[in-house]
Formats: sequence, structure tokens, C-alpha cells
Amino acid sequence: MAEGSGSMKGFYALLAAVAVIGAGVLWYGSRPRTPAPPAAASPPPPAADGFTGYTLGSDRAPVEITEYSDFECPYCASFATVQMPVIRAQLIAPGKVRWRYRDFPLPSHKYSRLAALAAQCAGEQGKFWEMHDQLFAHHQWAQTGKDPRGLFRDFARAAGLDVERYDACVDSQRYAGRIQASVAEGEARGVNGTPSFFVNGRRYDGRPTSDDFQRLVDSLTAQIPRR
Amino acid sequence: MIRRQAIVLLALVGMLVATYLWLYKIGAIGALTCGTGSCEYVQASPYAELLGVPVALYGVVGYGALFGLGLAGLRPRLAGDRRVARGLAGLASLGFAFTLYLTYVELFVLRAICRWCVASALIMTAIWAVAVADLRRDGGRRPPAASL
Repeated sequence: MAEGSGSMKGFYALLAAVAVIGAGVLWYGSRPRTPAPPAAASPPPPAADGFTGYTLGSDRAPVEITEYSDFECPYCASFATVQMPVIRAQLIAPGKVRWRYRDFPLPSHKYSRLAALAAQCAGEQGKFWEMHDQLFAHHQWAQTGKDPRGLFRDFARAAGLDVERYDACVDSQRYAGRIQASVAEGEARGVNGTPSFFVNGRRYDGRPTSDDFQRLVDSLTAQIPRR
Repeated sequence: MIRRQAIVLLALVGMLVATYLWLYKIGAIGALTCGTGSCEYVQASPYAELLGVPVALYGVVGYGALFGLGLAGLRPRLAGDRRVARGLAGLASLGFAFTLYLTYVELFVLRAICRWCVASALIMTAIWAVAVADLRRDGGRRPPAASL
């Protein structure tokens, strides 16, 4: 009995040690390692301007696909660089699909709001999609954990932006309200991860490829009576 | 008794892993330490939430329940109690089934592996195996004569 009691004490000591070490590792891991960028530090302006997202494709396209995306999300980058070129060529360019991009920066991503702001500021100069492509094509910035502000300025320059205007826009967080409104819209529609897609307003579950969208768009357009 | 101890210890480690993933999901941890895996890819996907609740939080609660029940089952009064063995096996079976679903999603839907999720899956599988062994072993026992 005494031996059993001793072994239980040893076991409880082991449990306590595991719990303390584990809690310590979690605490250490949750400490901020680098100061948060100013864009994330101050609250966004509450005003939203009724903006409903940048679009690609014809306004008369029979199918609209809305994408809720996060510039820091690896799968979004993979989708943008692998699937999206095919979708642009086969569905958007022929006028079958209008593509709408909505920001949905996830709270777990440190710099995704800054990236969304950079893209919106590029959009102010008519270069949203160019900046979108830069942010996704050079996605290494999302892997390093370093403040990517300088890199985003390089992207802005490469996208052909007036960098001074871009800087002023980002520094003032001019479109933070838009981004927040987009997040709120996504949450209201049940978006809980990225990328999430809605096809003609209906949620598309799963991890679609360009082929999936091609089949879906073909079936939807086949249902539309020809005039 | 050694089986119950193993369950309690594994559940504690599982709870720590699930807590780590949950803290990441709610934004309390900047980046996951994942090596060459695809932790962010998996954690940022819609499958990382179920009914609006992060999947990792289900893990925290599930491991917490296993830990609490296992710890209670170590008390001498409950050491031979078959209800504890049944409860542990039932909870572990639920957790194991959930683990199978999540592993299926990783392998065949997302086609990406999160190392922390694999660690959790291995822990839950081990807990399930030990809990079932504990139940089978207790299955041969009869209630103490004093209770008759």
C-alpha cells in the first residue's frame, strides 16, 4: 500500500511537471515577438462606404463568384497562383463569370489586414488586381513573420503605383472601415475560413479547382434559357 | 491502474496540443511552429471550425473530459468501478471517431498535413486503444462480494 501510495505521488509529480512545462511553453509561444505594425495597432475607422468589392469580368456575366480571401493565407495564395489564371482565361475572359473579391483577414494572421489595406490603397489608383497578384505571387512575406511594410512598398512600385500616394493611404488606414465591413459581411454569411466561395449567392463548400468551377458554371449557364 | 495513468498523462499532453492550436486559431499566437508541415493551410481552412466553434476547442474540451474522468478513476474508491472504464472508453471512442474524420479531411479534402493535428490524432488513438483495453480487462471482473 505504501509502495502504491509512493508510486501515485510520483505519478502526480510527473503530471504536475508536464502541466507546468506545457503551460510555460504555451505562455512563451503566445508572447508577442515583434511589435505589431501601426496598421494593426489602432482601431479602424468605423465608416464603411458601401463598397462591395473589386470585380473582374463583365457586368453581364450570367454567373458571379464571390471569393472571401486573406492575403496571408497559404491556401488562398495557392488558389490565386494555380487555379485563378485558368479561371481568368476560361471563365472570366469569355464573359461567363464575374469574379468579386472580398477581404476576410483572419485574426490568426498578423499582417493580413495590412496586406488588405495595401491592396485597397492600390485599388484607389486603379491597380487592385495588380497588387493582389503581387501579394499572392510573392507570398514568401507571409512565411517569415517579419514586418512586410517595406516589401509591400516594393510591390506597390512594381504594380506601377504612385508610392507617395500609396504611403499616405496606408498610413491613414483610409480603407480600414471597408475591410472591416467586408469581414462583417462574410461573418454574416457564415464564412469561417479562407478562401470561401459563393456562386450566384449560394455557398460553395469544399476546396474547388478551376475544373470544379468550370463544371459548375457550365451547368448553371445551361439552365439559363437562350434568347 | 497503469492504464488509467497512461490515459491521464496522454490526455494532459493532448489538452496542451489542442490548447496550442486553439490559441493560434483565436489569434493569441502569431505563427504556428510547424516545420515543413502545412499547419496554417489546415488551420485557416473552413474545416478548422465546426458549428462556428474552432475544432481545436472541441479537442481541449474532449481531452479535458478524459483527463478529469481518468483522474477521478485513479482514486482507490473508483479504481475498480466499471462505469469509469465505460465512460473513458465511450469518450475515447467519440474522440477517435472525430480524429478519423479530421484525418480524412486532411488527407483527402485539403491534401495537407498539420503536424500538430497528427500529434493529436496519435495521442487520441493511443488513448482509445488503452481505454478499450482497460474496459476489456475490467469486463472479466465481478462486482465485489460486499455489494451483494
